[in-house]
Amino acid sequence: MRRYFPVPTRLAWKVWRRNRDVFFKTYRVNFLPPFIEPVLYLLALGYGLGMFVGDIGGVPYVSFIAPALLAISMMNASFFECTYSSFVRMYYQKTYDAMVATPLSIEDVIAGELLWGATRSLIYSSAMLVVLVAFGVVALPSSLLVIPFSFLAGLLFSGIAMCFTAVSPTIDTLNYPAFLFITPMFLFSGTFFPLSVLPGPIQVFAMAVLPLAQVVTVTRSLTLAELSPVLFLYSLAWIASVCTVLFFVSIHLMKRRLVI
Amino acid sequence: MQGSEETTGVEGEDKSTRSPIIRARDLVKNYGNVRAVDTISFEVMPGEVFGFLGPNGAGKTTTMRMIQCVSPPTGGTLSVFGLDVRDHPADIKKWLGIVPQETNLDPDFTCIENLLVYARYFDIPAKEARQRAEKLLAFMQLEEKADVPIDGLSGGMKRRLILARALINNPRLLVLDEPTIGLDPQARHLMWEKLKALQGMGNTILLTTHYLEEAERLCNRLVIMDRGKILVEGEPMDLVRRYAGDEIVESEGSPQVIACLEETGCRYEVHGDMVQAFSDQPRVLAKRILDTCNPGRVFVRRGTLEDVFLSLTGRDLRE
Repeated sequence: MRRYFPVPTRLAWKVWRRNRDVFFKTYRVNFLPPFIEPVLYLLALGYGLGMFVGDIGGVPYVSFIAPALLAISMMNASFFECTYSSFVRMYYQKTYDAMVATPLSIEDVIAGELLWGATRSLIYSSAMLVVLVAFGVVALPSSLLVIPFSFLAGLLFSGIAMCFTAVSPTIDTLNYPAFLFITPMFLFSGTFFPLSVLPGPIQVFAMAVLPLAQVVTVTRSLTLAELSPVLFLYSLAWIASVCTVLFFVSIHLMKRRLVI
Repeated sequence: MQGSEETTGVEGEDKSTRSPIIRARDLVKNYGNVRAVDTISFEVMPGEVFGFLGPNGAGKTTTMRMIQCVSPPTGGTLSVFGLDVRDHPADIKKWLGIVPQETNLDPDFTCIENLLVYARYFDIPAKEARQRAEKLLAFMQLEEKADVPIDGLSGGMKRRLILARALINNPRLLVLDEPTIGLDPQARHLMWEKLKALQGMGNTILLTTHYLEEAERLCNRLVIMDRGKILVEGEPMDLVRRYAGDEIVESEGSPQVIACLEETGCRYEVHGDMVQAFSDQPRVLAKRILDTCNPGRVFVRRGTLEDVFLSLTGRDLRE
C-alpha cells in the first residue's frame, strides 16, 4: 500500500526539527519582521486610512483589518516557506537528496516540510497576535484560539505551496502563483474591505474557492468574538478538508517529481 | 512503520558474512524510452571493495541510486543485505553510508552540526551522536573545522566531511559515487588514505569512479560498464593482463613504424600521433622497432586499467 499511497511516518518530525534548528540559528532575522510588519500596517491602514473609513458594520476599521493581518501572516509564512525555501532545499541545496539517503522516505521529507510550514504560520501569527493585543485591537480570550488555528491554516497554505513547488520547472516560475494567486487573494478575501461590497458572483467565488477568504472568516470571528456559526463552521470545514486532501496530493506530486 | 522487520537485515551475522551484501539479477532501469541500465547481474561480497567504472552515461550512478533505494528498478531483482530494495527501503538505508557525486552538505549548518543533524535521521541518540561525530571529524582530520560553516571548507574538506557523514550510522555498506571528483592531487591522496583505512577495517565498499588509477589502487574487484551493460568483471590486475597485457609498447606512429608493425603481425592501435603495440614479448618488439623502423622514440610501459578501459569502451567522447 505504501508503494501506491503516500504514508509519512513519525520520521517526518526529524525533517521538521532540522528546519526548526535552522530557524532558531537565525532567529534575529526571522523574528523582527513579524513584529514590525503589523505595526506598520496598523499605523498606516488601521489608523491612517481608518480615519476616513470610520466603522465597518459597527467595528472600528483598525479592528476590522487586525484579523486580516493575522490571516495574511499565516498565508505568507507558510506559502513562501513551502515554495521558494523548499525549492531551494530541493533543487539547489540537495537537502532532500541527503535526507532520502537515510531511513527517511520522500514522504517523510515532504510531510516534515509541510509541518514546518504550518509551524512557521503559528510562530509568525502568534508574534503578531502579541502586537495586536498590545494595541488592544483584538478581543480576549477568544483571540487566543487563533494560535492553534494558525497551524491548521498554515498546513493548508503549505499544501497549496508544495503542489506549486512540485510542478514548477524553475524557481522563477514560482512567481506565477506568488503574483497571480497570492496577491489577488491578499486583496480580495475580505481582508481590507468586506466581501459584501463586491458584485454577487465574485462574493460567491471568493467564499467557494479562495482559501484566504475562509481563513479571514474564521480569524475575524475569533478576534472580534462575534460568531456567525454557519459561516464559521463552513469555513472551518472547508479548510480542514482541503488541507487534508492537499497534504496527500502535494506529497504525491513531489514523489512523482523526485522518485525517478 | 516497519519496525517489526527491522531485524531481518542484521540477524545472523555469521550467515551474512558469507552471503553477498548486494545481489543484482538481470537488473534493468528505464527512463522513459531510454534504457539506462540494461540487464546487469553482479554480486558484492562482504569486506570487498567493488568498483564500477565506465564513461559518462554508462549507468553507474543509476545503479548506485537503485542500490540506495531512491530509484526503483524497472525490472530484474536487486537485494541489499538480503532484502529487496522495493519492499524494505528504510531497513536497507538504515545500514547504508552514502557519498553522493554532488556535494549535498547542509549549508545552513556547521561541520559538526551537519553530522549531528544527520545522526538524528538515523535515530541515533544525541549523546552517542556527538561522540561518533567527534571521532569521525578526528578521523577525517577535520577537528579544527568542527564549528566552521560549510562555506568555509575547501573542496577536499567537503568531500571528507561527506565521508564522515556517511559513516555516522556505522554502515554495513559504503556507497561512494565518484568520491574524489574535482579534488586536487593532495586532497585525492588523503581521501584514498582514508578509504584504504576503512577497507583495512573490513568495510564493504562500493564505488564508482572515472579515475582508473583510483580503481586500481582501491578495488579488489570491479566491473566496467558502458551503455548500460557490464562489459567485463574481474580483479584489476587480471583485467589488465587479459585485455591489455602486462606491458605495452608505445611509439611514434610514423608510416614507417606502422609498416614495420604490419610486418611483425602483432596487434596495434593508432591513437593520434602515437601507436600502441601489444605483444607477448614487448621488449623484443620494442628493440626490433628501435633497430629497424627508425622511430623518433619508443618505450615499454606497464599496462594499466586505462588501457583496458579504452580498448573496451573506445575513444569516442561521451557527453
